[in-house]
Order: sequence, then C-alpha cells, then structure tokens
Amino acid sequence: MELVSPGIGLIFWMTIAFGLLLLILGKFVWPPIMRALHDRESAIEMSLHQAEAARREMETLQFNNEKLLKEAKEERDALMRDARKVREKLIEDAREKASLEAERIIESARERIEHDKMAAITDLKNLVANLSVEIAEKLIAQELSDPVKNKQFVEKSLGEIKLN
Amino acid sequence: MRKYILSLVLIISALVSQSADPVVNGHEYSTKQSAEHTEEFNAGHLIIDHIVDTHEWHIATFGHTHFTIPLPIILLDQGKLVTFMSSRFNHGHSAYMGYKLETERNPNKGKIVKVLPGTMITDANAEKPIDLSITKTVVGIFVSFIVLILLFFAIARSYVRNAGHAPKGLQSLLEPLILFVRDDIAQPSIGKNYKKYMPFLLTTFFFIFFSNLIGLVPFFPGGANVTGNIGVTLVLALFTFIIILVKANKNYWIHIFNPPGIPWWLKFPIPLIPVIELAGVFIKPFVLMVRLFANIAAGHIIVLGFIALIFIFGQMSTTMAYVVSPVSIIFSIFIGLLELLVAFIQAYVFTMLSALYFGMATEEHSHADTH
Repeated sequence: MELVSPGIGLIFWMTIAFGLLLLILGKFVWPPIMRALHDRESAIEMSLHQAEAARREMETLQFNNEKLLKEAKEERDALMRDARKVREKLIEDAREKASLEAERIIESARERIEHDKMAAITDLKNLVANLSVEIAEKLIAQELSDPVKNKQFVEKSLGEIKLN
Repeated sequence: MRKYILSLVLIISALVSQSADPVVNGHEYSTKQSAEHTEEFNAGHLIIDHIVDTHEWHIATFGHTHFTIPLPIILLDQGKLVTFMSSRFNHGHSAYMGYKLETERNPNKGKIVKVLPGTMITDANAEKPIDLSITKTVVGIFVSFIVLILLFFAIARSYVRNAGHAPKGLQSLLEPLILFVRDDIAQPSIGKNYKKYMPFLLTTFFFIFFSNLIGLVPFFPGGANVTGNIGVTLVLALFTFIIILVKANKNYWIHIFNPPGIPWWLKFPIPLIPVIELAGVFIKPFVLMVRLFANIAAGHIIVLGFIALIFIFGQMSTTMAYVVSPVSIIFSIFIGLLELLVAFIQAYVFTMLSALYFGMATEEHSHADTH
C-alpha cells in the first residue's frame, strides 16, 4: 500500500530539508537562545542569592545595632552609677575635711586663747609684781616719813589691789 | 480536520453537477456517465487519496474544473534528469515525454510510470523512473522549514536584543516550550551531557509540532500531510538512529552483546538475549517512525471518515444526509480538537523517546552492580 511505503523522492528532500534545518537552527538559533536562557537563569539565581545575603546582613546589622544600643545603655548606667558614687564620695570627703579643718581651727583658736590667757596672766603677774614693788617702794618711802600714814597707805594700796 | 472543507467542496460540487447539470457536451457527459456507473462514492479511496502524497496541490474542484497548484516533476530516468511541471499531465488525463500519472487502482496509483510511445497505456516492462519530484508533502516540509526559520530567527534576535529582560511577544509564547524540552525532556533523560543534544531535540520537537499544526490547517499552504507520511517519519527516526549509533559508548554495546547480570545459558550457546537486544536497537527507531506516522495519519483518516459518512448516507437519501451532517461536523470538530492535543503529544513523545535513547546510549556508569 502506498500509505506505508515511503517514496524515495520524499526521503531525499526530507533528509536535505531537515538536515539543513538542523544545521541552520543549530548554528544560528539554538546557541544564542540557550545562552540567553542560561544567562538569565544564572542572573536571577545570583540576584536571589544577593538578596538573601543582603537580608542576612541586615539582620546581623540590626542585631549589632541592638547589641550596641544595649551596651551603650549599660555603659551609661554604669557611668551614672560611678558619677553618683564619686559625687557622694566627694561630698563625704569634703564634709570630713571641713569638719577636720573646723576642729583644727577651733583647736588652734583654743590654744591661742589659752596662750593669750597665759600671757595675760603672766603680764598681770608681772604687773602685780611691779605694783607690789612700787607700792613697796612708796610704802617704804612713806614708812620712813610717817608710820601712821604708812600704815594707812599700805591698807589703802592693798584695797586698790583687791580691784583686780 | 485537514482539508475537510476542501473535501466538502469537492464532493458537494460533484453531487450538485450530477443533479442539476444534465446538459453537457458529449465527452464530459460520457465520462460523467461512466463515473456514475463505475465509481460509486468510495470512502476508502477518498480518504487514502487525501492522505497520500500527490504531484499537484489540489485546492478545489467546481464541476469539472480542478483548481490545483502544479508542482515540479523531477525524474531520474537511467541517469538522465527530466524536469517539467505536473500541469503537463492534465490531472492524469494525458502523458508527457513518455510518462504519465498512474490513475488505475493498482500499487502504482498516483506514481509516475512510463507509457508505450504515443499511447496512454502503461508500459509494464519499463523500469519506473526515480521520482525526486517536489510533491505536495515536500512542499509541506518546505513550508514547515520556512515557518521554523522565520519564527526562530525572530526569536533568537529578540533573545539577543532583549538579553537580561523578561521575554516578550513570540519569545514568551515559545519560551515555555523551549524550557519544556530542556528541563522536562533533555535533562531528566540524558543527564548532565544534555547540552550537546539540545539542537537536535529542539529542532525535532518544533519541526514535528509545527508540521502537525500546519497539517491541521485545512487550506493552502497548510493541509499537507507531512508528519502523517511514513517517508518523513522515517527520516526523522533515521536521524535519531544515526545519532544513537554515533554517540553510543562501550557500555551500551556491552549491554547489548554481553548484558551483565544475565545467566550465561541465555547468552551461550544460543545468544538469545544478545539477539533480542540487537533487534531492540533497530526496533526503537522503527517504532518511533510508525508511532508518529500512525497517530497523525489516523487523526486525518478519522476526520475524513466523519465527513465521508455524510456522503455515504447522502447516497441512500438526501434527508439522511441532512440528519447525519450536523453530527458528523460536530464529531470532526471534536476530533480536530483532539488532533491539536495529539500534535503536541506526538512531538513530545518523539523527542522524549529520542532523548531517552540518547541517554541510554551515553550512560557512563555500569549497571552491573545494581543488577
């Protein structure tokens, strides 16, 4: 039957046409298409990878930021705590120093007072001695002139001394 | 689907001229009379005549006027090249340069045979010339060829121009198919060496697919029965066969002549398995050839059969023909839609099996340990 018996002419032309088609498409058409498809696929894959990497980087950055913020807060707190301590210590020290100084001043004042008192007492003693001597001199001089008056004078002088 | 409109026009016009045109000149009248008496409507002949290759491209017949496109006849007769247009044969009514188209229903029908000088009688003793004519199917092949070249050059250009961007237009229409061939046919069947085979697989896939589709178009320049012709599928299968033979590695031949893991008594003294395996080498491309041819030819036969049904009933009574024709038309439309699916499936199956055979022929590792 003709339906299932291939004609020689058809085989001849088909071989030429299909071979030529294979050659032309295989040389000029399929390589650029396959290359373009491959390039596009690798570009898409690379972009996806990059996006993923960027996302991960963003995550680490965010994490780092949070960590930094936390650290900064902690540092601030620590600084504040330290500052407060220092302040308290300073105040405490100042107070201590001031009270010491005050004590010292009071002490020195007391010493000076004591000293002045002693000096005054000494002066007074000297004065009393001198007065005594003078009175004694005068007494002696008057004694020598009038014994009554002498006696009166001594009493009177003694009375003056009692003023002190 | 193919040419069903043409068949309709052809047969309707024949019937109309029989009923409404009684007064014709003597010669035509006599031929018509003889046609009426000797050639009843024969669905088998109609279908076969529409499916096999012809030397002219028949478009329509009105009354006794045939509208055809004459195609070049190229003959190699005893080393001599003879060329002329098929219109010289006057649709088989006359001989030219000692050749004629055989019109009798014998194995040579439709072929070019030699005649006895000065007559229309076939020279039974003469050797038939080698017929390298540009027949209807060859023109169909050229149409597919031109369509593929134009289409894919345009697409390749847009791939280059559009590099790195999303596909557009035709490119995005055909890209899924290209990716389908690459990712679902070549890669899984062949493995990592699939790239070498891509040009062949893509060309085969698109040639078969587009030829199938163009074959479904009922009017010129579609409608040639390209992939439903065994010569065409023979060449396609031969290409696959030759590539298998060229690319096959040692492993492949070892698996054929001394398959590992098979009991020795199946290989010696009667080499049963090697013989079966060797037969398989030839059966594979043979089956490729027959499957594609049979599927496409069968689709065309069914559509033509449904159309012929109208005229078979029409010969019984006109009313029956009116009743049957809507059913026939609906069925042929249904088959036509099915043929669209078959057009793709057969292109897929041919390419897929070719790829599988390439994969088998080039498999690197031995299966010996897995048997």
